[in-house]
Amino acid sequence: MTGTALPVVEIGCTDAPVLKERGQREVFCGLTGIVWLHRKMQDAFFLVVGSRTCAHLIQSAAGVMIFAEPRFATAILGDRDLAGMADCNEELDRVVRQLLGRRPDIKTLFLVGSCPSEVIKLDLAKAASRLSREYTGAVKILSYNGSGIETTFTQGEDACLRSMVPEMPADTSSAPSLMICGTLADVVEDQFMRIFAELGIGPVTFFPPRRASKLPPIGPQTKLLLAQPFLNETTRALQARGATLLPSPYPLGVEGTTLWLRAAADAFGVAPERFASAIAAPAQRARTALARYRPALEGKTMFFFPDSQLEIPLARFLARECGVTLLEVGTPYLDRLLVEAELALLPRTVLSEGQDVEKQLDRCKAQQPDLTVCGLGLANPLEAEGMRTKWSIELVFSPIHGFDQAGDLAELFARPLERISRLRV
Amino acid sequence: MQLTLWTYEGPPHVGAMRIATSMEGVHYVLHAPQGDTYADLLFTMIERHSKRPPVTYTTFQARDLGGDTANLVVTAVRAAYERFKPQAMLVGDSCTAELIQDQSGALAMGMNLPIPVVPLELPAYSKKENWGASETLYHLTRTLIGTAKRERPVRVEGARPKANLLGPSSLGFRCRDDVREVIALLDAAGVDVHVVAPLGASPADLRTLTDADFNVVLYPEIAMTTGSWLQRVHGMPMVKTVPIGVGATRDFLEEVGTLAGVDVSNALTDARSRLPWYSRSVDSTYLTGKRVFIFADGTHAIAAARIASEELGFTVVGLGTYSREMAREVREAAAKYGVEALICDDYLDVETAITNAAPELVLGSQMERHIAKRLGIPCAVISGPFHVQDVPARHSPQMGWEGANVIFDTWVHPLMMGLEEHLIGMFREDFEFGEVGSHLGKAPARRDDSSDLGRAVAAEANVAVLEDVLASAGAATASDEGASAPPPVAATPSVANGPVWTTDGEKELKKIPFFVRKKARLNTERFATHHGIAHISVETLYEAKAHYGK
Repeated sequence: MTGTALPVVEIGCTDAPVLKERGQREVFCGLTGIVWLHRKMQDAFFLVVGSRTCAHLIQSAAGVMIFAEPRFATAILGDRDLAGMADCNEELDRVVRQLLGRRPDIKTLFLVGSCPSEVIKLDLAKAASRLSREYTGAVKILSYNGSGIETTFTQGEDACLRSMVPEMPADTSSAPSLMICGTLADVVEDQFMRIFAELGIGPVTFFPPRRASKLPPIGPQTKLLLAQPFLNETTRALQARGATLLPSPYPLGVEGTTLWLRAAADAFGVAPERFASAIAAPAQRARTALARYRPALEGKTMFFFPDSQLEIPLARFLARECGVTLLEVGTPYLDRLLVEAELALLPRTVLSEGQDVEKQLDRCKAQQPDLTVCGLGLANPLEAEGMRTKWSIELVFSPIHGFDQAGDLAELFARPLERISRLRV
Repeated sequence: MQLTLWTYEGPPHVGAMRIATSMEGVHYVLHAPQGDTYADLLFTMIERHSKRPPVTYTTFQARDLGGDTANLVVTAVRAAYERFKPQAMLVGDSCTAELIQDQSGALAMGMNLPIPVVPLELPAYSKKENWGASETLYHLTRTLIGTAKRERPVRVEGARPKANLLGPSSLGFRCRDDVREVIALLDAAGVDVHVVAPLGASPADLRTLTDADFNVVLYPEIAMTTGSWLQRVHGMPMVKTVPIGVGATRDFLEEVGTLAGVDVSNALTDARSRLPWYSRSVDSTYLTGKRVFIFADGTHAIAAARIASEELGFTVVGLGTYSREMAREVREAAAKYGVEALICDDYLDVETAITNAAPELVLGSQMERHIAKRLGIPCAVISGPFHVQDVPARHSPQMGWEGANVIFDTWVHPLMMGLEEHLIGMFREDFEFGEVGSHLGKAPARRDDSSDLGRAVAAEANVAVLEDVLASAGAATASDEGASAPPPVAATPSVANGPVWTTDGEKELKKIPFFVRKKARLNTERFATHHGIAHISVETLYEAKAHYGK
C-alpha cells in the first residue's frame, strides 16, 4: 500500500454488533452456483447426486427452459437406491458412464453432493477417485458438496473451486504472479486484463478458468486477489499451496475497484504515478456513468435481505458512492477473513447474519425502506404491499464488477425506482 | 438412480404446496433444509402471486443432524400456528427430511393444536408433484369431512342442483379461467356451483363439500382420488368428462344433465363456440390431415387428441404424457388414433419422438415449445409444467365454449395460412421464401444436415408435394421409432449394401421440407430395398411416394 491508508469511515462496521438470527432461511442452497459455473467453464459438466427436488431447484432457480442441452444434470436417487436394493456406487458409475457416453466433449465432471446424498453418506470423493481411474487421461472427475444443510447459495462456488485446487499445477517460477479468484463475466476479465497490462502486472490468471481442463498454476509466488466475497475454503486451500492473500475490498464501484487494483499494484511494486495514470480514464468513465444514477439513489433508504454474500460490498458501494442510507444489511454468514476491508468502509448500520425470515420481514415492513433487496420468493409479495424491491439474484447473474460496470450496477438499483416513477396505473 | 437433465414435475411436496397455496386458511409446515424455499418463487414469480405461499420451512442444517431436528419441527409448527392462525395445518417432510425420519406429521399431531393437523407422507423418491397435490387434497378433505356418511341437506322443491368443482389449483394450466367458464356452463344448465376446491377454498368450505349434489372432477391428476373417495364414502356422484373441446363440452353437459336430472338442451343449443363453423369454413381446408404431435399432462393430452382429430381434422401422429398416473387413459386414447402412447418424463426422448414423427404442429408444454422451436416446427402450448406465459393477463380458458375458441386460435395461428402455403409449395425456389421464412421467424441453427436451411424454414409448415412419402400411418411413426433403429435395408439379400441414392434423387429429396426429409429418406430406402432397387432415382422417390401415399 506504499504508505497510503485505506479511506475509513468515521464509524465503520468493524466492531459493529451483529444481529444473529436462526429460523426459516429464504436463501438458495449451494447447488444453485451450477447455474453460472457450468456456463463459465465450458468443458465442465455438473452431475448433482440428489433428489427430484435438486433437479427442480436448479431448473427453477435458473428460471430458464433449456435452449441447448445443458451441462448439468441430476442423478435422481430412487427408492431402490435408498432401500439398498441397488448399490448406489454401482448406480452412480452406471449413470456417469451413460452421461460421458453421451457427451464425449466433457473434460471435467463434477459430482455434486446434495442434502440427500450427504444424509445417506454417499462418498462422492471416493466415487470421483474411482471413476477418475477409469477415465484416466480422458475426463477429470472431481467432487464437491452443494447441499443446503452445509452450503448457502454462493458457497457452492466456493466448494466447487476448492475441489479444483489440488488439481492445479505447481508454479515453481521465482517471479510473482497474480491470481484473480471468483467467477467474473468474461467481458469483465478482459477489462481487468487490459488494466493489469497497463500496470505492468503479470502473469495474471483467473480462477475459475474458462476451461476447467486448463487450471492456472499455483505456488509460493502467487498473489491472490479475491473478486468475490464468498470464497473462504478456496482461499484457505490456495494459501495452503503457498498463495499470499492480498486483503482488499471487492471491485464494486469506483472506490472498490480502485482499492482492489491498488492492492495488486502495491503487491507488484507499481509506482503510484503509473497506477494513477492507468486507472484515470476508466475511473473517470465510471464516475461519469455513476453520476447519472446518483440523483435517483441519493438519500434513499435500503434494506438488504441475506442472499449471495455480496450484500456487504454492495451496501458499501451504495452508501459511499450513491448516497444511500442503509437500514439493515443481512448476510447469510459473516466471514471476517473475507470482508474485513469492507466492514471498515461500511458506514455503521444494522448488520444481521443468518435469517428468521418472518422476523426480518417484520423489521423491514416496519421501516418501509425505499428499496428492499431480496430474493425472488419475497419480491412480488413486498411489491404487492406497495414496497419497491430489487431481486438480488440479478446481482449475481450480471456483470457488475470493475469500472465499466459501476454505472450498470447503480442502474440495477435505480431501475425499480425509475420504473415506479413512470407508471401511472 | 436416474439421469435427469430436466424434469416435467417437481417433487411431491411441491404438489402439497400447490394445494396449500390455492387455499385460504391453510398453512403448511415443511420439514426441509435450506434451499427448499426455492419453491416459493414458483408461486411468487411464475404465477405472480401477491402473497407468499403459506409455507413455513424448518430449515435444518448439517449441525442439527444427530441433534434435535425434531425440535425444530415443533418450534416451527408452534410459531407458524401463532403467527398465521390457520384453520388447518399440513405438516410433512421434503426429500431430505424423509431420510432423517423425524415423523414430523406425528410430532405436530402430538402438539394438540386446536385445529386439524394433517400429517402428509409423500414419498419423495418414488412420487412426483401432481401425485403429491392429489394426495394432499385427499387427506385434507378426508380429515375435514370424516368418514361418517353425511346426509345431504334436503332440497326445496325446484331448487337448482349444486355441484363442487374439484381440481383447479395454483400452478395448474389455465385453471383460473377454466373455473369461470365451467361455472357459466353449469349455470346455463341450471346447476349452481357450491365449492371450487382447492382454488380459493378454505377448510370451512371443504367441510361443506358433501352439501352439494355431485362433484365435477375437472383435473383428474389433482382431484380424481378425492372425487372417488367422496363417491365411495359419501355417495356423491361425479362428472368425469373434462370439458375441453366442443365435443367434450357437449358430453360434459349431457353427463351433468343425466347426473343432476336437469334439462341441458338449452345449454347445448346455446353453444357459443365458433370452432365448429371456423373449422368447417373453406379456409380451414388446409388444416386437413396436418400431422400433429401431442405431449402433455394426461388431462390435456387426451383432450387435445380428440380436438385435433375430431374438431380440426388433423392427424394425430404422436400422443404421450409425463403423467404416469394417467398412462392407462392416455394409452387407450392413443389406441383410438392408431399410435402408440409415449409415457415418459425424459424430454430428450420426447424430442427424439417428435423428430422422428416429423409433425407439422406440436402441442405440448413449454418444453415441447422449445423442442419445436429448435426443430423449426410450429407449436402451441396446451399444458403445464407451469411457465410465466401460462398466466396471460387476458381471460384465456381451455374449457367450455370459450375454451374451444381459444384453442382454435392458439393452435391454428402458428400454422401458415392456406394460399400462402400453396405459393410456397409451388415456388419454393423463390429466393425470398428462402431468406425470409414465415412469420414463425427464423429457425435457430439446427443440428441435422439441413443444408438448405432457409428454404426449409419457409417450407416448414408446408403441405409439401413429397411429404406423403411419410409413413402411411401414424402408428408406424410413433411406435417403430427406436430412434437409432437403422433402416431395414441390410437385412434384404437382394441389395446387399442397401440402395444408393443417385445425384438427382438426392437433389429431389432436398426439396422435401427438412423435418420430414429423414422419414422420406428412410421410407424410400425401405421401398427400394423391398423392390430390389439398387439406385434411388427421382422416379424411385415418386414411386415410393405413391406407394406410401395417404
